Amino acid sequence: MSDLALQPTQASEDVHAAGHDDHGSHDDHGLVHATSTGLSNNKLGMWLFLGSECLLFGGLISTYMLYRGRHSANLGPDQIYDIPFTSVSSFVLLMSSLTMVLAVTSAQRRDERRMNLWLTITALLGATFVGGQVYEFTSFYHEGLGFTTSLFGSSFYTLTGFHGVHVTVGIIMLMALVGINKRGRIPGDRAEVVELVGLYWHFVDIIWILIFTLVYLIPS
Amino acid sequence: MSATTEHLERAGHDSDGHDYVEHHPDSFYVKIALALALLTGLEVTLTYVDIGALFLPLLLTLMVIKFFMVVLFFMHLKFDSKWFSFLFYTGLGLAVGVYLAFLATFRFFMSS
Repeated sequence: MSDLALQPTQASEDVHAAGHDDHGSHDDHGLVHATSTGLSNNKLGMWLFLGSECLLFGGLISTYMLYRGRHSANLGPDQIYDIPFTSVSSFVLLMSSLTMVLAVTSAQRRDERRMNLWLTITALLGATFVGGQVYEFTSFYHEGLGFTTSLFGSSFYTLTGFHGVHVTVGIIMLMALVGINKRGRIPGDRAEVVELVGLYWHFVDIIWILIFTLVYLIPS
Repeated sequence: MSATTEHLERAGHDSDGHDYVEHHPDSFYVKIALALALLTGLEVTLTYVDIGALFLPLLLTLMVIKFFMVVLFFMHLKFDSKWFSFLFYTGLGLAVGVYLAFLATFRFFMSS
């Protein structure tokens, strides 16, 4: 049978023995419930969502690639991008992926103190990145590149703005997670909840890996 | 905590029967992050040196390597259920296919 074949896991068999129902993944005590696939429905849903997000950002990146040459003589990518500054921002976001994965491993080890610490550091690194993006947008605007100045400007602000909104949503999720965890109100399997937020955060990071190279480093 | 509960909670972290066994120490993730930082540094350096026709393929290769390092190791896709890989790569493959066709339709590759 192939790797993709769905089989009930040992865990699901144990759950049946323990008398839990067949629906949902985890209860409020962190115990696993059997699912028809043997997989966590929450993780399955998150991966499906991330797969669909590829289509959203694929469209935005393609549109930018198509229109990056449509600008006035002195307000194109080669004139306004500040590569050293964006490189530092990219480094900050990359390192936030490290702190996020450390938060996930801390959650799996049930080390709440470190988990909260790493989640907070991740949120701070994310906020630093968004702050850098706000600075960059302001700087470009003062140089004359508005949202409607050119097709290049519209596609650039739409792409990087959408990404920035995703990072901001991630920061809100991280801080909410820390706050809810401190009150002991995370439902179900705490490690899985942290992992789900982590998956979203890493996705935002991989999208930036693409944007950094395709938008900033490749000259128009 | 009973033995049954311990087993169930351990399984709670396990979406395909082999989660805890495959997890790495923190130092592993630090090494991955260092490699990512180095690759980013290399990418930026490439933009300041003239390597001719090799520039674009090299830059795109580095980008793809970084992308999959995060997906496979930080997002644990390498160690997780094949179903998660299937869902993600389906979306990714669809996006790449659709938008390459879209760009080709607008003669993007001919003009660049």
